[in-house]
Amino acid sequence: MREIFRAAFVIARRDFTAIVYSKAFIFFLLGPLLPVLVGFAGSNLGEQMARDVSRPSVAVALTAADSDKLLAARASLSKTFGDGYFADMKIVGDATAKQIRPQDYLRKKADNYSVVVTGTLTNPIITGTARSIERQRADIELLAGYASSGGSLQLPNATPDVVAESANNDKQLRTVTAQIGQVLIFALTTLLAGMVLSNLVEEKSNKIIEILAASIPMESVFLGKLVAMLAMALVGITMWSIIGLIGFMAIDPDLPSIPTPAVGWPIFAGLCFTYFVMAYLMFGALFLGIGAMASTVREVQTISTPVTMAQMVNFFFAAYALTKTGEPIEIFAAVFPFSSPFAMIGRAALEPTLWHHGVAIIGQLLFALLLLRLGVYLFKKNVMKSGNAGRVKDGSQRKLWGLVKISR
Amino acid sequence: MYAIEAKGLLKQFDGFRAVDGVDLKIPAGSIFGILGPNGAGKTTMLRTLLGIIDPDAGTRTLLGADRPILQSRNVGYLPEERGLYQSMRAVDTIAFMGALRGLSLREGERKGRALLEEAGLGYAADRQIRQLSKGMAQTVQLMGTIVHDPKLIVLDEPFSGLDALNQAKLEKMIRAQAAKGVTVIFSTHVIAHAERLCERIAIIARGKISFDGLVSEARDRLRPQVHLETETLDGPWRSALPAQAKAEGHHWHFTLPETGVEPLLTALVKGKAGIRSLSIERPGLHDAFVAIAGEDVAAEMDDAATGDTK
Repeated sequence: MREIFRAAFVIARRDFTAIVYSKAFIFFLLGPLLPVLVGFAGSNLGEQMARDVSRPSVAVALTAADSDKLLAARASLSKTFGDGYFADMKIVGDATAKQIRPQDYLRKKADNYSVVVTGTLTNPIITGTARSIERQRADIELLAGYASSGGSLQLPNATPDVVAESANNDKQLRTVTAQIGQVLIFALTTLLAGMVLSNLVEEKSNKIIEILAASIPMESVFLGKLVAMLAMALVGITMWSIIGLIGFMAIDPDLPSIPTPAVGWPIFAGLCFTYFVMAYLMFGALFLGIGAMASTVREVQTISTPVTMAQMVNFFFAAYALTKTGEPIEIFAAVFPFSSPFAMIGRAALEPTLWHHGVAIIGQLLFALLLLRLGVYLFKKNVMKSGNAGRVKDGSQRKLWGLVKISR
Repeated sequence: MYAIEAKGLLKQFDGFRAVDGVDLKIPAGSIFGILGPNGAGKTTMLRTLLGIIDPDAGTRTLLGADRPILQSRNVGYLPEERGLYQSMRAVDTIAFMGALRGLSLREGERKGRALLEEAGLGYAADRQIRQLSKGMAQTVQLMGTIVHDPKLIVLDEPFSGLDALNQAKLEKMIRAQAAKGVTVIFSTHVIAHAERLCERIAIIARGKISFDGLVSEARDRLRPQVHLETETLDGPWRSALPAQAKAEGHHWHFTLPETGVEPLLTALVKGKAGIRSLSIERPGLHDAFVAIAGEDVAAEMDDAATGDTK
């Protein structure tokens, strides 16, 4: 056992150094930041566009005096509600006096009016589509009421007493925390498991795997690779966290409030990390097994695509089970090894019980070790064929694991 | 004391028997050659003996251990398919290979530099593998195979891809290791290498061992060939020649009779053959290989060897 860990350390050290000192590592670090930057830029741009293009404006077609009062009421109440609260308003003249039908204003594309207000302040008529009327009705009634009362509407100044959460919606809010935990674990696991696979396939194509297999137990090779990628992930997580924190502080010093998980933040953070490690070990071991048996990149793609799809189905299954706490489907998700880390982090957010996690972590670890051993067994049994050994006679197909025929 | 013992070793892939019931004993401290054409099962047999793959049946012990991986620190292995990390420095490669076998990185680096200096490649120690020529990279891999001072060195087709100069260097290295008491096993499809280096050989074809023993024993399987030139073409001496003797004018070629040289000579002299020249040639390993493995297998070997030297 000691030799297995010693040899695994040799592999992990080599892989970690090789990856961290490679140019590709910069792309690995930048990889997750790019979607965030793109998303941030996209959302800002979208927001700006929505403001510029789609922001509805209201055509005020009352008498001149009523129109002025209505706009004065808007200006006055905007101080209370905020500048962007009410839709823009534009006086277009007295429609009745001009004998213009309100819908004619709506037809002018250049003006972009969503509704037209006619009638009087005490009895305003709102013309527009049902959806637009629904959106604007309350605001216009408020403004018209305020204007017709001569600005006497007195709003009480309520004292804010902010709390992070309330009992009646704890579960709903914590579900958000659980989902964040699940998505983080899934994203990191998928990224790293794929990288482990590429790493092993590269070594097979470099012919180095035979030297490793001859020198140390294959368990050490697999374990070393998993540990190296995990260490690399920790470097990445640390860096992403620092950048994220700096980014948040720069944009908004008040960090977004995420509902406190049922087990508390310190334990939840620890469990999040542990379940990430477990999920990574399981999927990493599975992908390593695949990588060890496939001899070409094409074979790897052929086999890993359905496995990746299954991985996603597994994630969605755990995400679905999140809302069914205590029901058979949620219990199954917590027990089934591949979905267990995702389901259990959901539980950590929603339920305060801790012993479940101890059992789940032990089970997941044992299953990861089992997968590792299975990968080693299949590797030793079926890999390292030389010459024409193991090839079917027509030469156009090859048997993989003695089970599946792979076309050449 | 045997470095390797195998009994009834069987390894098959999809029903194809790559190694088919191999019994083998390789004495410690010897240079042992495994001869066979491409696809004979040499590599699979070596991988099975070293524990890289597990046999489907049979047993093997390596330096006395049932599980070869337990003797990893005492074994050096150069696979047929050479592979190195292209971005690693030459000296780091040797140190890494040593570390796999239990050597500390610092010690591996120190010994790596010494080995490279010894091979005249000290100047390339800090170069990346991708910056080395193919021959230099192979030398670096070989250094990585011996850096931890193994008791057993296994080389799979080590001469393949090397030029004549590097082949000579490799032969020298093999002899030097053997002189230190290290057991060296190598596979080859070039009989000349085995003949020059080995005390013992195994001949493998289609997964089966057809001979395992001393090179001299293999050669002794064939009777020496006699080449005789006489003054007379006929006479009483003719009865001393075997019936299969081939005549080319005054030249005669035949296998030395089991009775030996003396009765033949006596008969030739007494029968007044008038001996102009007489030579008795011991068969080479190639002849022995043809006799043991069969002409078709020998032809495959020759084809592979020719291809290798092209």
